[in-house]
Amino acid sequence: MINAVYFLIPEIFLALSIFAFIIFGVFKKNSFDLIYRATIVIIPIVIFLILNNNFENIKIFNNSFALDEFSSFMKILILVSSFFVLIMSKKYIQDINNNKFEYPVIMLIAILGMFFMVSSNDLILFYLGLELQSLSLYILASIDRDNLRSSEAGIKYFVLSALSSGLLLYGCSLLYGFTGSTNFQVISNNVGDINIGTIFAMIFILVGLAFKVSAVPFHMWTPDVYEGSPTSVTSFFAIVPKIAGIAVFIRFMYSPFQNILDQWQYILVFISIASMILGAVAAINQKNIKRLIAYSSISHMGYAIAGISTGTESGFKSTIIYILIYSAMNIGFFAFVFLMKRSGKYIEDINELSGISKNHPLAALSLLIVLFSLAGIPPLAGFFAKFYIFMSVIESGMYALAIIGLVTTVVSAFYYIRIVKVMYFDSPKKPFENFKNYGVYGSLIFSCIFLSSFFMYPSIFNGIISKINIF
Amino acid sequence: MNFPILSSITFLPLIGAFFVFLSKSELNQVNKGAIYVSLFTSFANFFLVLFLWYSFDNTSSNFQFVEEAVWISGFIKFKFGIDGISILFILLTAFIIPICVISCVNSIKTRLKEFLIAILVLETFMIGVFCSLDLVIFYLFFEAGLIPMFLIIGIWGGPRRVYSAFKFFLFTLLGSVLMLIAIISIYWITGTTDVTEIYKIKIPAEFQNLLWLAFFSSFAVKMPMWPVHTWLPDAHVEAPTAGSVILAAILLKMAGYGFLRFSVGMFPLASEYFTPLVFTLSVIAIIYTSLVALMQDDMKKLIAYSSVAHMGYVTLGIFTFNKQGIEGGIIQMFSHGLISAALFLCVGVLYDRAHSRLINNYGGVVNILPKYSFILMIFVLGTLGLPGTSGFVGEFLVLVGAFKVNFLVAILASIGVVLAAAYILWLYKRVIFGKLENNQIKEMKDLNKSEMGVLVSIGILVIFFGFYPEPLFNTVNVSVDNLINNYNMEINKLSVLK
Repeated sequence: MINAVYFLIPEIFLALSIFAFIIFGVFKKNSFDLIYRATIVIIPIVIFLILNNNFENIKIFNNSFALDEFSSFMKILILVSSFFVLIMSKKYIQDINNNKFEYPVIMLIAILGMFFMVSSNDLILFYLGLELQSLSLYILASIDRDNLRSSEAGIKYFVLSALSSGLLLYGCSLLYGFTGSTNFQVISNNVGDINIGTIFAMIFILVGLAFKVSAVPFHMWTPDVYEGSPTSVTSFFAIVPKIAGIAVFIRFMYSPFQNILDQWQYILVFISIASMILGAVAAINQKNIKRLIAYSSISHMGYAIAGISTGTESGFKSTIIYILIYSAMNIGFFAFVFLMKRSGKYIEDINELSGISKNHPLAALSLLIVLFSLAGIPPLAGFFAKFYIFMSVIESGMYALAIIGLVTTVVSAFYYIRIVKVMYFDSPKKPFENFKNYGVYGSLIFSCIFLSSFFMYPSIFNGIISKINIF
Repeated sequence: MNFPILSSITFLPLIGAFFVFLSKSELNQVNKGAIYVSLFTSFANFFLVLFLWYSFDNTSSNFQFVEEAVWISGFIKFKFGIDGISILFILLTAFIIPICVISCVNSIKTRLKEFLIAILVLETFMIGVFCSLDLVIFYLFFEAGLIPMFLIIGIWGGPRRVYSAFKFFLFTLLGSVLMLIAIISIYWITGTTDVTEIYKIKIPAEFQNLLWLAFFSSFAVKMPMWPVHTWLPDAHVEAPTAGSVILAAILLKMAGYGFLRFSVGMFPLASEYFTPLVFTLSVIAIIYTSLVALMQDDMKKLIAYSSVAHMGYVTLGIFTFNKQGIEGGIIQMFSHGLISAALFLCVGVLYDRAHSRLINNYGGVVNILPKYSFILMIFVLGTLGLPGTSGFVGEFLVLVGAFKVNFLVAILASIGVVLAAAYILWLYKRVIFGKLENNQIKEMKDLNKSEMGVLVSIGILVIFFGFYPEPLFNTVNVSVDNLINNYNMEINKLSVLK
């Protein structure tokens, strides 16, 4: 038992620092700045602790908590993306007078929840992690409580997400009823003889998971919540819970449900195609940049799920690379959104970007790289993300999915290059407010360099990812 | 010889672009440093390519100067190499880019620095297309060229530039994504994306037709073939002069090169199967677009439609699968690269002075611009394929090749020669001769030194290769023989089986 605790050091450290921050914040007034900095420092320490844990695939606590390469990789990805989100959004959260110390702490709690989600090898632990994460996200969505739209977004997200959690829980209980265990391995062994109960359970769980990663047809909340929440929270929503959601998706499909591949494969193919098409078509008419990125993230989740839907090893590995590059692209995108500030107010209208390449050539160039990468144009990293996905899709012989997927990239390229058009082809307006913000600049530059130099060595992550083994 | 010369000529412009990027410049102000850097890089690259041509071994049908490196460990190698066909296109690219740099210094008034960066980056991508011997690397460069070209049309283009830029981007992207699917499929069929390996392994006959169609969808849009040519006139009309030159001279040739290297090389059976389709589309393109060109009142649009017609000869020539046809197609591409570039530059000369591309606004230009009128005549005659210009060599060989294969197609294609003479001479007559009526054009000045230098150097090449095309033939000869032998071997194998 003592040994098991030893393996849990990163989670324990994270939990203890959360408690310390809460107590400190309650007793000391105006401690936002301090706690925010401390949060930013905590994250690299947790990464270090995870890297320091050298073990080979073990499961602790009665096989309910899995520690393997997959969970470590996903946790580090979650932490790195949260790190960038935090350093980008500090100035923003201060500008909208929301510098409450709870903000970074709740983010940390959400991250803790995701840790349990990613590592879960048991339905109960999975559900606890998911709820810890979701509850924190509801608070984050409505953190700007004096703002009507933020509160509305929070309520909307809460109601819909609670419904999906309910369905998920129902699915979990059915699954327990029909297989006799909550442990993923035992379920995987017992699920083999198909009966209608396990199929029902699987579908309920799929609905819940699809909701969490905002895949069609459970995407309705995404644009509203993205638009209503403060941008700093939107940037968190667009990146970090998606990583955790996709990780859990992979874990479910490849661990408890791996033996009923033929049952879920077509459901995932449908979800994937629907997300790609809806994300591409619905974004065309959006004027608000946050709504646009909401639809864009829906279509990106479609591609990520396309990788999972192959049911092969190369399939989920391509999804991992996809979600990694997706995070890097979104970091760059939101870093630019945080720059969009004119006469003291943050703007979200795409047309306000008109001619910005003349006023801010470097920032515009960075967004150009991010946008072409999102559209999947070579030689930028976004192309390789899609390339790996379609490699595995075609390997499995799913040509229809590949053709639909690639044709929708053309449609979605349209709205990405529409932003390029506004920035580069239209006549300039007033420049943005210039403020020294090394967090935003740093994230933007990091993202651009990553995206534009990825082609030199596209197999950079293959070494790590090839070690990942879920089963 | 271990010096990686192909990588050097590919990535040298990118390094130049980086230095231009670093140069300081105010908005809308010409920065001498940026111009000198880009001139230096593009000329240095041109001389490197000349050296490459000089050290190229004409007698070998193997790929030369091959460079290999691990790229995506396990399945894709970074592989560069050239044969007689690709070196001609590299030569053309390296020759056209310095010309574009010189011409844009005159004609681009805003954001020159960004324009130079775009052109140099584009050069890297274009040379990369012709050098790469791996399908994925090829696709990478082929698609990457969209980004700078989209910006060139969109930022520096004319009034309808947004529409044209979007049309260009989406058309070509839609064509290419199917090719990506085909490339990945080839990987799973043969286990490699290395072109030389695929030549040896040979793709099974049952897959060839579908794969060929996927590649065709990409090349047909890029070429452009009728009926997916509609983006080209728009893109040409709105693009700035240098953009049109690159588009006509090089970007279109990437598709012709793709047909030779990939469609014919990798899928000989499918190429044979689809020959009637290509012939039909080519003949329609030749006749229909020539007729359309007759009715244009915009000079650039007229030249754009004539480009579609000339590309029709190229596809016709390539799919005759005999030596005359294929060599004619290649020479036709090379000479069209020179002539259409020069024609667009000539239109640019008028546009810079009178800010109009409409034919009706001109007339009697010969009275005020005698030198210009003389030089334009060379290219007009080149377009209609007068013996003694490089245009004749290509067109003639294509028709000879076509007569060998299909009499009817050859007759129909010959009509295009007559029509070409009609629309281009009529254009010349309306612009250059006639009465000088428009007051605005009376104040135009004749060619300045840089324009003169550029146009004369192209003109000399057009006439030189018209009288003495031997260097071009020597370069492509062995490679084309090799291509045809491989093709015939495959076809014969199939007929023996039957």
